[in-house]
Amino acid sequence: MTNVFAFAESRLGNIRRASLEAVTAARQVADQTGGQVHAMLAGGPGIGAHAAKLAAHGADVVIVLEDVGFRHYNPEALVATIAARLGGGSTGYRAAFFSASAQGHDLVARTAARMGLPYASDVTEFTIGADSATAKHPGYTNKVLQNFTLKGALAIISLRAGAVLPKESPKTGTVEPISSAVDPASVRVKVTATEASGGAKLDLGEAPVIVSGGRGLKEAANFTLVEDLAAAFGNAAVGATRAVTDDGWRPHSDQIGQTGRLVSPDLYVACGISGAIQHLAGMRTAKTIVAINKDREAPIFKVADYGIVGDVLQVLPVLTEAVRKAKNG
Amino acid sequence: MKIAVCIKRVPDQDVRFKIAPGAKSIDEAGLKFDLSDFDGYAAEVAIQITEKAGAGEVTVISLGPDAVQETLRKALSMGAHRAVQLKHDAAVHDGNAIAAALAAELKAGGYDLILTGRMAVDTQNRSVGAQLAEKLGVAYIGAITQLDVTTGMVKARRELEGAYELVECALPAVLSIDEGIARARYPSLKGIMAAKKKPMDVKPAQLGEQRYTLDSVELPAERAAGRIIGEGADAVPELVRLLKEEAKVL
Ligand SMILES: Cc1cc2nc3c(=O)[nH]c(=O)nc-3n(C[C@H](O)[C@H](O)[C@H](O)COP(=O)(O)OP(=O)(O)OC[C@H]3O[C@@H](n4cnc5c(N)ncnc54)[C@H](O)[C@@H]3O)c2cc1C
Ligand SMILES: Nc1ncnc2c1ncn2[C@@H]1O[C@H](COP(=O)(O)O)[C@@H](O)[C@H]1O
Repeated sequence: MTNVFAFAESRLGNIRRASLEAVTAARQVADQTGGQVHAMLAGGPGIGAHAAKLAAHGADVVIVLEDVGFRHYNPEALVATIAARLGGGSTGYRAAFFSASAQGHDLVARTAARMGLPYASDVTEFTIGADSATAKHPGYTNKVLQNFTLKGALAIISLRAGAVLPKESPKTGTVEPISSAVDPASVRVKVTATEASGGAKLDLGEAPVIVSGGRGLKEAANFTLVEDLAAAFGNAAVGATRAVTDDGWRPHSDQIGQTGRLVSPDLYVACGISGAIQHLAGMRTAKTIVAINKDREAPIFKVADYGIVGDVLQVLPVLTEAVRKAKNG
Repeated sequence: MKIAVCIKRVPDQDVRFKIAPGAKSIDEAGLKFDLSDFDGYAAEVAIQITEKAGAGEVTVISLGPDAVQETLRKALSMGAHRAVQLKHDAAVHDGNAIAAALAAELKAGGYDLILTGRMAVDTQNRSVGAQLAEKLGVAYIGAITQLDVTTGMVKARRELEGAYELVECALPAVLSIDEGIARARYPSLKGIMAAKKKPMDVKPAQLGEQRYTLDSVELPAERAAGRIIGEGADAVPELVRLLKEEAKVL
């Protein structure tokens, strides 16, 4: 029997959708190996209340690390605790799933290095065999797909958001409280604050729809038109081009492209965006692309499934109203 | 302050990549190479720190074939002081192995700060920085968009999805640099001349065991050609119909 580990990422007391994706992936593997899913949840007092949600998505055991020292992300104490869990004793894990998020990236890479284990980052597809695993991982600004083998008895994988969709599969979810492998206050790296960056309510990596604005919006204040359309969809996040983040209209975390976020939503609405190659690098894998631009020759129209030639300031309010109607009717 | 910056030579991304025969790598014929975007930001940050202090030394280090010397030379012409090539001719994909080789070179160097890029734009792994910190047993802060290095301390801001964190640690530390702090400068003519005389050490890379190996590469499915459906607000009803009936996203 081979068990599978999933790390459930949380932020300020709330678990993130990505954690349900990690648990769902672990469940898929455990159903093949006949083992159990052990999902680990770490946070400040009260975090254990989310255990039921992990059980509902397939966790047989929910390992709960509840400690005031984990209220903010505590990378060093987490690495020590996860490595101890994966490495130690009779648990016999075959695979460990994490999220390819900002926190996930440094947590997993460091854990894999500590344990000397092969690590596949930002994975879109995987297979777990008896003594090797495979992973597909996009590279070259998502323009090339790379297929890897991970050798060894335990494969460490971080999943790209949306690679595995959360699926309910209710299990007992026996809660196993644990404590940190090291004193969480003794660490060198300290997170002193975690704050929402304002603006977008939904995360770019997770939202099925992204409404994105460029310099064609003319000024920062006009981004309310983009936010209104996102609100009309109800399941949308707001993105931006580098021209816009450079000018300080939007925070850098909203930037999509080669040096920003690489996203693959179901729908991407590009508003007043020229479609520079560095911007396309971040969003051309979206399933459907809509572009609104007043310049018929703008390169964004080469990748847009549906293009509207026109003034974004006039088209957006009409589109917002129409989407609101379509959603409600 | 002694600073090391890990830089990687990568192909310019503004192209349509082709797959080489055998499908084990991209076809590099005709591609231009430069240092990875984020590594350029990291080099700039390091150079600015020593320029501001009027003291200190920036070492740039790159693992790869002799072609990386050109990339190292570029960083020297930006203002780095010395360069180290960890020579290895074959492509390496295992981040642990790369980190082990970088650590073997850097551990005895007495560096206060070691900078990497947030990610190499070819591998897109975002892992070597954290793995390097682990091999060196020092603090690590990843994907930094704002940075303040004062006496012995680092204060950083890093972006999460829809949020940010403020993080601090004492030196020595490995930091990975995101966009937002500094853009890489263009080397001046004077810088290019000076770089020719700066030291460049070449050593064999001491890679660890590689347990993460590349089997094949492929191109993703092509997008269908774009289509303009109409002009101005009049086109909105047709767009909404298509989103509902064809794309099924509404
Ligand atoms: C190394 C490097 C990395 C980069 N990384 C990124 C990245 O990660 N992300 C990114 O986005 N960019 C990146 N860039 C920058 C990129 O090259 C472009 O400069 C940027 O994407 C342009 O943003 P934009 O489309 O908002 O602005 P512009 O290119 O100025 O386009 C504005 C568009 O708005 C249209 N427009 C104007 N008025 C209206 C109106 N009233 N109604 C409708 N349309 C209108 C115009 O026709 C034009 O097409 C990078 C560049 C470099 C060199
Ligand atoms: N071959 C290499 N030589 C020097 N530095 C590297 C190399 N590969 C990766 N790095 C560093 O590690 C960072 C992250 O790379 P990656 O984990 O591959 O995305 C890069 O931005 C570089 O700073």
